[in-house]
Amino acid sequence: MMIEVRHLIKRFGVKVVLRNLEFSVAPGEFVALLGPNGAGKTTFLRILASLSRPSFGEVRIAGYQLPHQAAEVRRQLGVVSHLPLLYGDLSAEENLRFYGKMYSVPGLDARITQVLELVGLAARRRDLVRTFSRGMQQRLTIGRAVLHNPSVLLMDEPHTGLDQDACEMLDGVLREVAGQGHTIVMTSHDLARAAGLASRFDVLTRGAVQASAQRADLQEDGLLAFYRRALEDAAPMQPEKSLV
Amino acid sequence: MSATTHTVNEPRALPRYLSALWAVIWKDLAAEWRSREMLSAMLVFALLVILIFNFALELDALARQTVTSGVLWVTFAFAGTLGLNRSMAVEKDRGCLDGLLLAPVDRSVIYFGKALSNLVFMLAVAAIVLPVYSILYNTNLFRPGLLLVVLLGSVGYVAVGTLLASMAIQARTRDILLPILLFPVVIPLLVAAVKASTGFLQALPIEDIRPWLNLLVVYDVIFIAAAFMVFDFVVEE
Amino acid sequence: MDAKPRWLSVLDVVTALMLTAATIMVFFYAPMEAVMGPVQKVFYYHVAHAWVGMLSFIVAGIAGIAYLRTKNIKWDIVGLATVELGMVFMLVGIVTGSIWARPIWNTWWTWDPRLTTTTIMELIYAAYLMLRQGIEDPERRARFGAVYAILGVVSVPLTFFSIRIFRTIHPVVIGGGDPGADGSFDMTPKMLQTFLFSLLAFTVLYADLMWHRIRLGRLAERVEQLKLRLSQ
Repeated sequence: MMIEVRHLIKRFGVKVVLRNLEFSVAPGEFVALLGPNGAGKTTFLRILASLSRPSFGEVRIAGYQLPHQAAEVRRQLGVVSHLPLLYGDLSAEENLRFYGKMYSVPGLDARITQVLELVGLAARRRDLVRTFSRGMQQRLTIGRAVLHNPSVLLMDEPHTGLDQDACEMLDGVLREVAGQGHTIVMTSHDLARAAGLASRFDVLTRGAVQASAQRADLQEDGLLAFYRRALEDAAPMQPEKSLV
Repeated sequence: MSATTHTVNEPRALPRYLSALWAVIWKDLAAEWRSREMLSAMLVFALLVILIFNFALELDALARQTVTSGVLWVTFAFAGTLGLNRSMAVEKDRGCLDGLLLAPVDRSVIYFGKALSNLVFMLAVAAIVLPVYSILYNTNLFRPGLLLVVLLGSVGYVAVGTLLASMAIQARTRDILLPILLFPVVIPLLVAAVKASTGFLQALPIEDIRPWLNLLVVYDVIFIAAAFMVFDFVVEE
Repeated sequence: MDAKPRWLSVLDVVTALMLTAATIMVFFYAPMEAVMGPVQKVFYYHVAHAWVGMLSFIVAGIAGIAYLRTKNIKWDIVGLATVELGMVFMLVGIVTGSIWARPIWNTWWTWDPRLTTTTIMELIYAAYLMLRQGIEDPERRARFGAVYAILGVVSVPLTFFSIRIFRTIHPVVIGGGDPGADGSFDMTPKMLQTFLFSLLAFTVLYADLMWHRIRLGRLAERVEQLKLRLSQ
């Protein structure tokens, strides 16, 4: 298993956001993590990304355990959030060079060229990122995420704020990246988009993964029906015992 | 692609650390050079403060002797907060702080990288303020002793300031919070810097100045160490 | 933990008794100081409060370190409690100091090392509270509070030291008399006893108030939890 999560609990003060979450992903899978707002998707992704610590439970990525082996895990991770994580006053190339240095990417120059071609921004490599449209920034940010060839890609609603064309371009890049064998976990609001990309669909609501389905098992508009059913069937949250 | 396991290779760890450190510093300097927004704001602010002091204090030549250091350091302290705020805000607003935290490098790279680039900015401001002041008030500020004090004082200031700025920008009241957090804690540094500067300007004997220089060095060492130790707690969730 | 613990009630009574005893000692047991007269009696309260203010500061630093090590929220409650109390005690200390200084040195204020340092400590207390106020997430609030408390505690000795050197090299005379002097007077044994007893009484008061305040903090946590449960 590339990603293994067991008994994950995350609390913010007295508020429990994730409760007893179980989740595993095999190498090469593309999992779409669906769920309503406030379900805990972003929190969960941040924990997987090692940006947040679990309150309780076990999280393993590529065999390394979080939070103790966070440094090793980070080498294996590429993260895309809806914030671009790019420096507006630097060019596309300079941004990639910076991250390349931070990740000690070997053969950096060649790799930068490769990545820029992958995301279709080779022509704009010297332009400052603040001149890029949001769609272009999202593509570059994916480039940043795959620069060091991580085994796992985590994406938090990457299509946010993009128009139709930009979304199509983004999907093209995502399919290409998926084709290279990375393991991908993507949270999404947009069922139609997710349907076209992922091989597996998990529904996260009320702090836990309530349902999971492979693409092959779903019929035509089966994703929507599956999603609705998962939300209805979701068990209500158990009250937490006193902490104080 | 199979997951390659990386082992920490001791002989290569230090060059990697330094390479990442340099990358952070270079990134800050290059980005600022493109827009020059922060530097110009700090400079204009510093010059305005000096101007205001001119009218507020009505200095004759003799009074200026004793007050120059105070004016200079107040100027640096206030202009410094602008720089510190701006430097961290850039990371926070575009989510770049996460980008830094995701990198497989020691957290201290972020701290030292930001602190060193903040230091460069402060010294850049000093490099312009000092000559301007010298010209406006017909005083020679370019004595080696004074320059040393500016360096030591700036080091201590950015050591604490970088740490506190990384806390302040995560609060709702971010802009006004940094000076409130910073100034009470940085007072020993300011006192020592002002006294040492005055000492050099008035060409006092070195034994008189030495206690202040010692205090500056002690402050710098203590706070660099303290900041380094607690920085992890500020950025790790 | 709902009902008030019995030992706390006992401590309340003990505190009240000690404070009463201290006051009686100050006004009836300790002799009148020859030079300063009645106003000298403020001294007993002044030092006791300033002492508790400093003790609180140290406790805040310790609580900060303890929180960062254990991540147990109870240390954060202790930290907040001690800063709130410390701020009040220190303020009373500063004000009573001022009241005492006025007739003696003919000035409400002097920039001597101790007074200046305590003022700066007060500002650090205030900054701590403002930092907490600006942060929503309770865990982050606790972490940042702990970090700032530690930095604050580290800076204060340096501050005191720096102002001390400042004053010895350049003594500044403000108003009549030399504010650099401690305003010291020789304490007769009775004065000394009164002095030490008031220190003790106010320390006990501090402990009593801390216990109450920490209890309050924990109850507040409990309320938050219950609120959350109800809303689900």
